[in-house]
Amino acid sequence: MVKRTLTLEPLLWLLFSAGGVVAALVIPVLLLLFGLAFPLGWLSPPSHAHMLAVLGHPLSRVTIFVSCTLLLFHWAHRFRYTLYDGLQIKHLNELIVLLCYGGVLVGSIAAGYLVWQLP
Amino acid sequence: MSERPTYTPFHPRWYRPPVSTWWWLKRPSSRAFILRELSSIFVAWFVVFFLLLVAAVGRGEAAYQEFLRWATNPGSVLINLVSLLFVVFHAVTWFNLAPRAMVVHIRGKRVPGKLIAASNYGAWVVTSILVAWIILAGSR
Repeated sequence: MVKRTLTLEPLLWLLFSAGGVVAALVIPVLLLLFGLAFPLGWLSPPSHAHMLAVLGHPLSRVTIFVSCTLLLFHWAHRFRYTLYDGLQIKHLNELIVLLCYGGVLVGSIAAGYLVWQLP
Repeated sequence: MSERPTYTPFHPRWYRPPVSTWWWLKRPSSRAFILRELSSIFVAWFVVFFLLLVAAVGRGEAAYQEFLRWATNPGSVLINLVSLLFVVFHAVTWFNLAPRAMVVHIRGKRVPGKLIAASNYGAWVVTSILVAWIILAGSR
């Protein structure tokens, strides 16, 4: 008899895709600015007051929290299958799942706290 | 998907040739697959980097300047450069795949795949300009 189980897999794939879209749309520009352009002096970085105004806007806070959570889900799901398919680490599956989605939970809580505590 | 499939007694086991751990090195397409999979690590790094920025901004002017100074160290610049390359690779492959994931019909006709890919690239350009404009509006 085929065992029928309700799985979370479709939901995880949905979150993975949503995170993939966020990653593709916003990470390149932000990495280019904060990771390369400002550190290497190509452009002058924004003032602290401006960053506080941009990040502290209620809409930004919600967007940052949701985006970080989706990006972490994207990482967790893809990385889990990298280990599973790529390196064929199948005997540690439970541990990998725990560490990946546990990482999402921790990162998501950190993101929530950080946007909440912004003055 | 289950780890230990249960076998009925006397049922022949399927013959499965063992697959090398490095199976993905053999073909260019599977190497590209693994590179795309590895891009997820750099997505996670970006989240950490960005949250460090948010934390620094939250702690005040001095902490923000300290973050900007820290970001100039060669290690950080290098990892951000590598991350950028990986995430751009992810973005390009993601948008190229979009027409196959999204089948859109307008008035009974299927929207051509090239148009869907183009609109995704368009959204990428618009989002990038918008984000850069918002952030650079405060440049000194």
